[in-house]
Amino acid sequence: MDRLRDRVFPVVAILLVIVAAWYAFAVYMNAPFQRDLDRRAGLTPGTVEFIGKTLSQPKPTMPAPHQVAQNFFENTFLRKVTSARSLVYHSWVTLSSTLLGFTFGTALGILIAVGIVHVIALDRSLMPWIIASQTIPILAVAPMIIVVLAAIGVTGLIPKALISTYLSFFPVAVGMVKGLRSPDLMHLDLMHTYNASKSQTFWKLRVPASVPFLFASMKVAVAASLVGAIVGELPTGAVAGIGAKLLAGSYYSQTIDMWAALVAGSVVAALLVVLVGFVGRLVERSMGGRPA
Amino acid sequence: MLMTVNQATATSVERNAVVEARQLGLTFQTNDGPVRALSDVNLTINKGEFVSFIGPSGCGKTTFLRVIADLEQPTEGTISINGMTPEQARQARAYGYVFQAAALFPWRTIENNVGLPLEIIGLSKAEQQARIKRTMDLVNLTGFEKKYPWQLSGGMQQRASIARALAFDADLLLMDEPFGALDEIVRDHLNEQLLRLWRQTNKTICFVTHSIPEAVYLSTRIVVMSPRPGRVTDVIESTLPAERPLDIRESPEFLAIAARVRDGLRAGHSYED
Repeated sequence: MDRLRDRVFPVVAILLVIVAAWYAFAVYMNAPFQRDLDRRAGLTPGTVEFIGKTLSQPKPTMPAPHQVAQNFFENTFLRKVTSARSLVYHSWVTLSSTLLGFTFGTALGILIAVGIVHVIALDRSLMPWIIASQTIPILAVAPMIIVVLAAIGVTGLIPKALISTYLSFFPVAVGMVKGLRSPDLMHLDLMHTYNASKSQTFWKLRVPASVPFLFASMKVAVAASLVGAIVGELPTGAVAGIGAKLLAGSYYSQTIDMWAALVAGSVVAALLVVLVGFVGRLVERSMGGRPA
Repeated sequence: MLMTVNQATATSVERNAVVEARQLGLTFQTNDGPVRALSDVNLTINKGEFVSFIGPSGCGKTTFLRVIADLEQPTEGTISINGMTPEQARQARAYGYVFQAAALFPWRTIENNVGLPLEIIGLSKAEQQARIKRTMDLVNLTGFEKKYPWQLSGGMQQRASIARALAFDADLLLMDEPFGALDEIVRDHLNEQLLRLWRQTNKTICFVTHSIPEAVYLSTRIVVMSPRPGRVTDVIESTLPAERPLDIRESPEFLAIAARVRDGLRAGHSYED
């Protein structure tokens, strides 16, 4: 009951505000085209009828929520998952490269962080480059990666995944540097008094201390991976995936399809973030975390 | 250096000394210029002694303990632990160190915290278990093996950290204001337990505190220190009997020693601004 009042109610309230604003905006955006249509057809509909028409155009400038919801529902639940129109199919294509890229990115991020924490030369030289790498617009880099890799014969899942890697290693590297350096001086002194080796200090102190940082940055990284995978589908002429769906929708002015694909993308992102958070909580609990 | 160590070994055997400091000095280089944390410290701590270091903050008592533990390097003089340099002593795991805070690893259960140094030394699982059990008994924490640190009170956490320092059975125990953050009642209780533990184990204990009653109650010898530069101003032998109930602290003998400690602190200008 408390959960309903404290968590569900506020979220639902905001959702209702957004949906209401969305409807108002849809009417406003679609009205000029509708007026044009009506004028040519010589129709003079009443206000209510006019609003109804603006919300049911087949290719609206701004689709109404119920149009998107209907499209999303049909293409998610009513189609075979192998169908090229199924959002589940497209989500799966994007998800697979997201997960591969995320795995690469997390591994690379951890590796970089370990290097930065242990090698002074890397500590001084690497960070500016890592930060610079993220200031380059991914949309500019993505086609080059695809083209270069295709030239050396790497095509398919890997190039897309590498773009996800490019976006997702950064939060993990930054978070893990912080995490591996998070043990306080007293704990480090303690290990020193035991004459612990560097690797013992690493495995028994630095790694466990960095776990909360890892999961916090993995949450950011997994969302960035998904963005990377979608962006990676745009310049590749991919025929499947949420990015491809978005691109195809924009070619043919299928705005409802585009919005439905966007919704599918955000559902996947939300699921991924929730999943990482859930695994994080499980790990924290197994490490004796105080239940919140 | 080798010469000094050999000489120290020779004298240590004669006097049964555990810690020997000669003209020890330590100057920290800070951004505001050099700070003399320790100056001309001459001190011998013999086996089985309970020595307290007392003085205001900045008198170098913690620094001296950290020098023994090889956590700071002296800039002048010599110091030997069991006839070895601090570094050798640390590598030989000659001491256990108890910090101001319990410093338990929050992701380890109490028994795994106590077992941490044993894992690092590389003892067998069975030996680890046996020692964990023994030291947990010693600090009255039996039954809390599977708990995590946050599930224990501050006093119990500090007891666990003492158990951890005792676990690998070094003869020397270095304690840096271990009860400083605890309330008076818990502190009294832990003082009593620490004395009992010291008698049972026959260890040498160096104990840093800024509480006069605590120093007098626990120690066989009290080293009074004063700041700027950190130095030893007085060394007081306790005349109290080995058996010390808590109410010994109201006895005239106890109060006389406490008064002498206070005098020592005053002589070192510890009460001035």
